Amino acid sequence: MTNNKIKCAIIGSGNIGTDLMIKLMRSDILEVTALIGIDPESKGLKKAEENGLVAISNGIDGLREQPEIADIVYEATSAKAHAHNAPILKEMGKKAIDLTPAAVGPFLVPSVNLKEEEIPHLDNVNMVTCGGQATIPMVKAVSDVLDVDYAEIVASISSKSAGPGTRQNIDEFTVTTARALKEVGGAKESKAIITLNPADPPILMRNTIHVKTAGSAEDKKAEIEASLEKMLGNVQEYVPGYRFKADPVIKGDIVTVSVEVEGNGDFLPEYAGNLDIITSAAVKTGEVIAQSMQKEGVLK
Amino acid sequence: MGRKVTINDVTLRDGMHAIRHQYSKEQIAELTRAIDDSGADIIEATHGDGLGGSSIQYGFSKESEEGIIRTAVENAKNAKVGVLLLPGIGVIEHLEKAHSYGAQVARVATHCTEADVSEQHIGKAAQLGMDTVGFLMMSHRTTPENLLEEAKKMESYGAGTIYVVDSAGALTMDDTRKRVSLFKENLSSGTEIGFHGHNNLSLGVANSIVAIEEGANRIDASLAGMGAGAGNTATEQLVAVMNRMDISHNLDLYKTMDAAENLMKPMMERPVQIDRLSLTLGYTGVYSSFLLFAERAGKEYGVDARDILTRISEMGAVGGQEDWIVGVAQELAKEKQNA
Repeated sequence: MTNNKIKCAIIGSGNIGTDLMIKLMRSDILEVTALIGIDPESKGLKKAEENGLVAISNGIDGLREQPEIADIVYEATSAKAHAHNAPILKEMGKKAIDLTPAAVGPFLVPSVNLKEEEIPHLDNVNMVTCGGQATIPMVKAVSDVLDVDYAEIVASISSKSAGPGTRQNIDEFTVTTARALKEVGGAKESKAIITLNPADPPILMRNTIHVKTAGSAEDKKAEIEASLEKMLGNVQEYVPGYRFKADPVIKGDIVTVSVEVEGNGDFLPEYAGNLDIITSAAVKTGEVIAQSMQKEGVLK
Repeated sequence: MGRKVTINDVTLRDGMHAIRHQYSKEQIAELTRAIDDSGADIIEATHGDGLGGSSIQYGFSKESEEGIIRTAVENAKNAKVGVLLLPGIGVIEHLEKAHSYGAQVARVATHCTEADVSEQHIGKAAQLGMDTVGFLMMSHRTTPENLLEEAKKMESYGAGTIYVVDSAGALTMDDTRKRVSLFKENLSSGTEIGFHGHNNLSLGVANSIVAIEEGANRIDASLAGMGAGAGNTATEQLVAVMNRMDISHNLDLYKTMDAAENLMKPMMERPVQIDRLSLTLGYTGVYSSFLLFAERAGKEYGVDARDILTRISEMGAVGGQEDWIVGVAQELAKEKQNA
C-alpha cells in the first residue's frame, strides 16, 4: 500500500502545522512530504528536516516551484494568509484542507458531516476552529433528537497552547465558531465564548456546551443522553482523549454538556487538546479525501 | 493631593452581576440620572460581563445592549457613558455598535497575564476616538512586575488609561501599593492609572485610597457598592473619605448618600455585603461574579458553597469560567457520598 499513499504538504510551521505533521507521519493513507513556512529558523521547519521532509521556507511560492510535491495541501497559517493562498491552490488543482478561520470552503466536522459521496466535489474544506470541533458534535447530538433554538459554547484553553495567531485574532475564533454551530450543529441561533487560562500546570482544553431546545429536553432525557453517548464514541474514533468532564445536565429546555480534550502529546504536551482536536479532525478528513482519490485513480 | 480624581461609576455594569443582569430600562434611567446628578464623571452601562455578555453562561440581560446603552446616554447630562468589553466574549462589531449608540469610553478587559488578546479591540476603540482604557482583571494573580509588562502592552496598543483591577477583592493594601506605584514609575507620564476594587476583604475604600496616594486618578465605585461579590468600592463611602483627606473630585457627598440609600438599596435582590461567601471570594481569590453561581450550585448539589469556591481557586479559574462551578459541585457531591 505504501506506494499508493497520497502526498500531502502543510503550509504553516507553527504549533498547529507541526502537530499536524507529526500526526500525518503515522498515517497509512497519507504521505506528508513537505512543511512550508516563511521563517527558515522556525522550530517547525527544523523538525521537518529532522524527519526527512522537505522544508520550504519561502511560503506558497516554494510550493509553486515544485507543484508535484503534494496533491492535498493543509493550511495552518492565518485566515488572511489562506484567503490569499486559496485561489492559488485551486488553480494548481490541489485539494485544500483549511485549519484557519478563513472559511473559504464549507465547514467540516468529521463526526457530523464528513460524507464520502460529497468529498470528491469539494476542493476546499474548512475545519472551523478547535472549539468548533470540540463542541459542534454535541450540539448535533441534541439536534438529532430535538430542534435546537440556541447553542452556546464556552471553550477554555491553556494560555500556553494559544499561539500569537489565535491571540491577535480572537474575534475570528468566536465569530467562525458561532457560525458553524448553526450551519453544522443545526442550531437556529448561537454564541461562542473563549477564555484563556494561564494556570500552571496548564489546564486541559475544556468546553461547555449549553443548548436550548424547542420543547422540553427533560421529557426526552434518555434519548438525548443516548445520542450524546453515541456522538462521544464517534469523536473518540479520531480523538481518543475526548471525554465528558461532568455529567450532562438536562433541565427544562436546557441541556448542558461539559467535555475535556486530553491531547496526544505529539508536539505540545497533553494539555493542548485544542491542537489535537483540530489536527486529528484534519487528518481524518484528509484520509477520506485521499481514499476517494485512490478510488478515482483505480477507476481511471 | 495630586490631580483631581475621576470617578468611573460601575453601578450599572458591575452592579448587573448582583441583580442577575435584570435592571429594567426604567431602573437604568433612574439610576443614571441620580449618578449623573451626583457628579460622577463616567457611567459604565453594559451586561456585567461586558458587551456580548448576555448568555446562558452568565445570564441573559433583561434589556438589549442597545436599550441599556442608549438609556444611559439619554439620561446622562454631564457624565460620559462607558462600556466594558472582554475579548473572547465581545467582538469589535459590538464595540462599533456601542459607539454608535453614544458610548464614549471603552474599557477593554483581559485576565492579568493575557493582555495581548486586546490589541485589536484597544486599537479599534482608539481609532473610533473613544476614551480607551486597558483593564487588567484578577491583578492579584500575577506579580507586580509581570502586571507592569502586561500594562505596557495595552499602552502600546493605544490605551490612554490602564487599570489595576482587583476582580476577586483579594489585594491587600501593600499589594495595591506595589502594583500602582510600579505603573506610576514606569508607564508613560501621559498614561492615566486606574483602580477597580471589590470589597470582599473590606478593603474597597482603603485600596482605592492607597491607589490614589500612589498616583492613580481614576477610581471605580458604585452606589452602596452595588456589584459582584461583596460589591465594589461604595461611592458614598469613598467620597466621605476623600473629603476628609482633601482629595479633589467632582462628587456631592449627600447626593451619593441619598442615591445609595433611597434608590439603590431598595433595588437589591440580595444584600450586597460581606458575608461568609463573599468573604471566601476575597480570601481564596476567586472572581467576584462567581458568588451567585456557587451559591445556587451549593444548594442544588447539597455541598458547602465555600468548598466550591476554594476548589475553583485551586484550579486557577479565571473570570468568565462560571461553567466550571457545576462540575466542581458534582465532584464535591460525589466525594461526599463516597466519604
